[in-house]
Amino acid sequence: MIHSLFMINSAGDIFMEKHWKSVISRSVCDYFFEEQQKANSPEDVNPVISTPHHYLIHIYRENIYFVAVCTTEVPPLFVIEFLHRVVDTFTDYFGDGGESAIKDNYVIVYELLEEMLDNGFPLATESNILKELIKPPNILRTVVNTVTGSSNLADTLPTGQLSNVPWRRAGVKYTNNEAYFDVIEEIDAIIDKQGSTVFADIQGVIDCCVKLSGMPDLTLSFMNPRILDDVSFHPCVRFKRWEAERVLSFVPPDGNFRLISYHVGSQNMVAIPVYVKPNISFREGGGRFDVTVGPKQTMGKMVESVVITCAMPKVVLNMNLTPTQGTYTFDPVAKVLTWDVGKINPQKLPNLRGNISLQSGSPPPESNPAISVQFKIQQMAVSGLKVNRLDMYGEVSKSSPKKSFTFEKYKPFKGVKYLTKAGNFQVRT
Amino acid sequence: MSNGGGSYNAQNDSRAGSTGEPDLGTEPTGGFFSADYKKHDDLKQMLDSNKDNLKLEAMKRIVGMVAKGKDASDLFAAVVKNVVSKNIEVKKLVYVYLVRYAEEQQDLALLSIATFQRALKDPNQLIRASALRVLSSIRVPVIVPIMMLALKDSVVDMSPYVRKTAAHAIPKLYSLDPEQKDQLIQVIEKLLADKTTLVVGSAVMAFEELCPDRVDLIHKNYRKLCNLLVDVEEWGQVVIINMLTRYARTQFLDPNQQDVIADEDKNFYGDEDEKDSEEEEEDEEKEKTPPKKPYMMDPDHRLLLRNTKPLLQSRNAAVVMAVAQLYHHIAPKSEVGLVAKALVRLLRSHREIQHVVLSNVATLTTIRKVRGMFEPYLKSFFVRPSDPIHVRTLKLEILTNLATETSISTILREFQTYVTSSDKDFVAATIQAIGRCASSISEVTETCLNGLVGLLSNRNEYVVAESVVVIKKLLQMQPDSHSEIIQHMAKLADTITVPMARASILWMVGEYSDRVPKIAPDLLRKMAKNFINEEDIVKLQILNLAAKLCITNPKQTKLLCQYVLNLAKYDQNYDIRDRARFIRQLVSPAGEKGALGKHAKKIFLASKPAPVLDSSFKDRDQWQLGSLSHMINQQASGYSPLPDFPAAAPDPTVRNVEVPMPWAEKTHKKKAGKPKKEAFYSDEEEESESESDSEESSSSSSESGSESESEDDSKSESGSDKDKKSDEEAESSSSSSSESESSSESESDSESESEPDTKPQKKAPPPKTKSSTKPKKEAKQEVSLLDLDDKIKENGDSIPSQAHDEKTDHTLLDTEVDVSSTSAPVPAPASALDVLSPSLASDLQGLSINDKTDTAISVTTPMFVSTTSHELLHRMTGEGLSANYRFTRGTCIYSTSMVPVELTFTNHTDSPVSNIRIGDKKLQAGMTLQEFPEIPSLPGGGSMSVSIGIDFKDTIQPANFQICTQDRKYNVSIKPPVGELFQAVTMSEADFTAQQSKLTGMNENSGKVSIPSQHNNSKTITARMSELANVAPVSSSQDGIYRFAGKTVSGGTLLLITVKVGEDNSASITVNCELMAICSMLVKEVKQKLSLA
Repeated sequence: MIHSLFMINSAGDIFMEKHWKSVISRSVCDYFFEEQQKANSPEDVNPVISTPHHYLIHIYRENIYFVAVCTTEVPPLFVIEFLHRVVDTFTDYFGDGGESAIKDNYVIVYELLEEMLDNGFPLATESNILKELIKPPNILRTVVNTVTGSSNLADTLPTGQLSNVPWRRAGVKYTNNEAYFDVIEEIDAIIDKQGSTVFADIQGVIDCCVKLSGMPDLTLSFMNPRILDDVSFHPCVRFKRWEAERVLSFVPPDGNFRLISYHVGSQNMVAIPVYVKPNISFREGGGRFDVTVGPKQTMGKMVESVVITCAMPKVVLNMNLTPTQGTYTFDPVAKVLTWDVGKINPQKLPNLRGNISLQSGSPPPESNPAISVQFKIQQMAVSGLKVNRLDMYGEVSKSSPKKSFTFEKYKPFKGVKYLTKAGNFQVRT
Repeated sequence: MSNGGGSYNAQNDSRAGSTGEPDLGTEPTGGFFSADYKKHDDLKQMLDSNKDNLKLEAMKRIVGMVAKGKDASDLFAAVVKNVVSKNIEVKKLVYVYLVRYAEEQQDLALLSIATFQRALKDPNQLIRASALRVLSSIRVPVIVPIMMLALKDSVVDMSPYVRKTAAHAIPKLYSLDPEQKDQLIQVIEKLLADKTTLVVGSAVMAFEELCPDRVDLIHKNYRKLCNLLVDVEEWGQVVIINMLTRYARTQFLDPNQQDVIADEDKNFYGDEDEKDSEEEEEDEEKEKTPPKKPYMMDPDHRLLLRNTKPLLQSRNAAVVMAVAQLYHHIAPKSEVGLVAKALVRLLRSHREIQHVVLSNVATLTTIRKVRGMFEPYLKSFFVRPSDPIHVRTLKLEILTNLATETSISTILREFQTYVTSSDKDFVAATIQAIGRCASSISEVTETCLNGLVGLLSNRNEYVVAESVVVIKKLLQMQPDSHSEIIQHMAKLADTITVPMARASILWMVGEYSDRVPKIAPDLLRKMAKNFINEEDIVKLQILNLAAKLCITNPKQTKLLCQYVLNLAKYDQNYDIRDRARFIRQLVSPAGEKGALGKHAKKIFLASKPAPVLDSSFKDRDQWQLGSLSHMINQQASGYSPLPDFPAAAPDPTVRNVEVPMPWAEKTHKKKAGKPKKEAFYSDEEEESESESDSEESSSSSSESGSESESEDDSKSESGSDKDKKSDEEAESSSSSSSESESSSESESDSESESEPDTKPQKKAPPPKTKSSTKPKKEAKQEVSLLDLDDKIKENGDSIPSQAHDEKTDHTLLDTEVDVSSTSAPVPAPASALDVLSPSLASDLQGLSINDKTDTAISVTTPMFVSTTSHELLHRMTGEGLSANYRFTRGTCIYSTSMVPVELTFTNHTDSPVSNIRIGDKKLQAGMTLQEFPEIPSLPGGGSMSVSIGIDFKDTIQPANFQICTQDRKYNVSIKPPVGELFQAVTMSEADFTAQQSKLTGMNENSGKVSIPSQHNNSKTITARMSELANVAPVSSSQDGIYRFAGKTVSGGTLLLITVKVGEDNSASITVNCELMAICSMLVKEVKQKLSLA
């Protein structure tokens, strides 16, 4: 399966390598560099590269190329998915998976890679299990370790691998038992010049932070589960109960995890919460830029954290604009205009207008750049999805006192939060 | 300390003292080596110190070097010493180092082996696992035997985690020494049988790496794999699904081609299918019944499809893709549509995943039949400006493939916006896509062409150039009435500079010069002027144009043509020179007209076929979807193409799992003959056996493994009950009725399963023993034989089936003799019995809940049941009442620790004997005896069998008790032969040897005997051994070694008998058992038995 892994930073340095089988010379990366040369941007490098003796499969995340070397037939998605899991684990451990974090924690990184893959085949990839085997660093522990010379490895070896619930370790204990559920929905949309919707789509996830003692068995039910068209689950969710009753029944992993991601049926009309009125024109040597943002269907909620970005054509030299609210920046190198609008006040619509100066001599661009919009709406799920209730099997209840005896008796604090944000929301101009 | 490996630490550890930026990858070269040496000395010192934190520090720095790809091999000796470190972290880092460098320092690496061997015996599973992991990762060929040993131990380890690691070690060992393949395959076979979800994924992975063609290893595990699939960890799922796809392609019929099947077959299989799916449904906890298909799908095929479907919901893209390819390759086309939604969902994921998924979707959309499934998701493939270029091109490809009459307008509108993109390559790709749409959908050709012509006035030259190329292709398809476009394009030749576009224009003008008769020569004139400055590709087309015009319009162009040809004659490019020479000969030969010159017109102006604009993904269909080979569109090493579906399905019964099923005997029992019909036995036997065979196979095929034994017992009892009722009926009707009952029983079974506790309570009057035991006895025999039959199948024909047949006859004859001579059975008065028996049935059901689990060592039905009765009470002593006892070797219905004994009372007088019961018991300490319920009355000349259970506590001490009638008491005693204290168990050969190795020394007893040559064959030895004791043969891979296993009924102590036959008919007998007395006794008895002439 995966033979070796090379991590390459944006400067083209191979700053870490790991081999699970025999050592492969890092010169194999030359093929990768060759491909990289051809590409315009780092994202454009083809993820699967075939070389005479090896196959290079890479992902690009956190400004690092993670290049896996394979020698035989292997499903490419298998490798890609695994590499992403590796980066997820780094992010989970170090707060971010960037180059400096990896270099700072290279011992842990190496130990993690050792545990996650055996002979090129994934061994332990569940964050919960890994944290049992290798303790994540934190400031306190780093200090203590430096003073006492102890290590970040678990003192007692875990038993987690043996439990029936591979994603949860046994013997979890909390003084405050709490379970938080964040229903986060993203609107993907393409709006055309006239302001009509070309394509709109709602994707949602439920992220959880569950800190409950023992082995809780949770059931989450929705008021309107039918609007979920396509769902993918964390392995803990019992699929059959979902099929039969449309409830989510699961023994949660400990800590943060993504319970489900879903897609709302396309037959539902998607409420577009904001509109953007762009007016961009170019002429010889310059142009006008005038953009107004306003709320559309917000269901009475405030639209917050609105950010407008626009990648201007290469010939744009500079922009001289005046916002009615918020601040704007124009990066003259990347030619990206960013306007941080903030909240939208329906009474006084935010507007940004001004002049564009172009490189002298070059013809004005024929097409206008697309505008992408970011926003957030708190306390609303745009699809209308509502959590009905969360039950914990094993809670003390009068009707069935018998059930509770094997479970720890506690009453958890439960909370559900809704959030709608823009996903890939772009306006063509 | 400030450079090299220490540089990580510079950031990590303030004590390292480096202040500047870490100099990763850019070491100062000057003085590097000397610094390196020094540093290594430093590290060596630290490693030699006895402080753990210094060692740790050193190891961290060394790992840093390893991580950076720096050479740290000269530290090997210093590092390897620390493998014994108590500090876990130091140890771990040493492991990391070892795995990296052991290959280079093989001799030194051997020093560490002993540590691993010790760690392999550690009580902590994780230590065992990591020891095995590192040991197997050290690529030192010398230790292959050690690894092999460790591996063999580990696959039977209690901890699934260790077994998983063992599975991972298999490919490592194989790559180190391919000669071990056969042994390793045996290990894989063992691991494949594992029922733990943690293990199976890795086991299949090892299977795939070593012996993907050994389909035979999968048969037995196929259903288990399907059923476990949902619970296997995600990486394992991918491997298993891919393997099962290939398996399905070899074992099942193509669901999309098979349409005609004889009606008869259909019904026959249809029933089974229904039944099967019912059973499976149970497993699945009531999933929807599959929709009825006009063709017949193997239930196993259906099982696979059904069990993989939920995995489309996995969060892991690789799993979703694996299921998608499985559906694509083996599902009926009507069901493949399911996967579209899941695949579209993956498009929300990381860009690399998008890329792979899109390229697979692109392949799928080239296949007309399945294209439709993506149509509802058309808009998901719209390109966003943020998409990387490779994703955009794939999306374009898909949109083009999906274009239909209905969707084309949406797509074209979308394409129009793409054309304005600032990315040149993307615009070019879009224009090509428009061209393809135009060529494939005739309705829009005109629109597209107009659109493209519109693009010709675009300011961007690339757009224009690409449009020209595409228009050229389109015009070629329908050149009529497009002369104005051609004119327009001819004008463009003045301005456009992109060579490909210029070449296209020239070609077109030349080809359709008759439509633009005025422009063409003018164009040639212009071109000729600038000939030397053109690109090669344009020059070739100028020559082409010149030649064509020279043929069609020689008056105007002859000279021009000559001029161009002359220019070309001295061109630098030899292609052009060649072409010029060639053309010159054709159009204006120097001498008389050459033979070819006559045909010049035909050669140059032949009508050319229009180019077919096809998807570049068309040919990717040959690869397995989702594979690496598919991605790179060439065969990756290790790729094996999916086989085609077989023309005729291979035997589906190979997947039947033949576990010893105690309940199977019940079905046979019903078919056993009645004592009355003794005369017909020999005839019947064959019939009943064949019946039971088929029954057996069907019942095992539908076997769900969830039936509890209690129900089976009830089944059996009601079966025998039925026997009684139908006693007087003809044989055939009886057997058929019981058969139908059994099938109805198996159905009701599944329903009652949900509430097994309530059932016994509903019907439980006190036990009555007046069941007619005679049929039961007969049945038992039958059963044992049939089980033997099973075993033969299981053991891979170790015993020829003919032998089994003979044996059947033999025992049945015995029975006949016995029955007639000893206990002339008379059916007991039916009156009372018929009323009582149903309750008895339910009673017994409640009594014998036997929770035998499916461990490696499981109790099995006896190989042989003695029919010889021993006298308990002589009729003289008993004043006309005689009693015999017989060991039935079944499972005692009263308690699992009791030996079941059947007592047969016969009344030799004319007057009835009443109130037969057991009186005082004088038993040894610890022994217990379960009495039979009192027999109210035994009529004169009548006979009746009852069963009792005696717990002998694994001794051969006799059980003394009294048998009482209404007015008399008789002291009797049962002394068990040593062989009857056991229960036959099945186990694998490996288990046997493993257990045997634990029972050595005092627990082993052996002897030698010579076996008469006529009896020195496996059949006789097996038969004799099973006659002697209730043991089951263990399949043996070696000739001349017979192994038998059993366990004591009361204590569950294991008994292992090995008979090794030498060359000169001498045999050595080894008996291993913790009970030494029994050991020695058995050796003696075995000797006697085997030496019998």
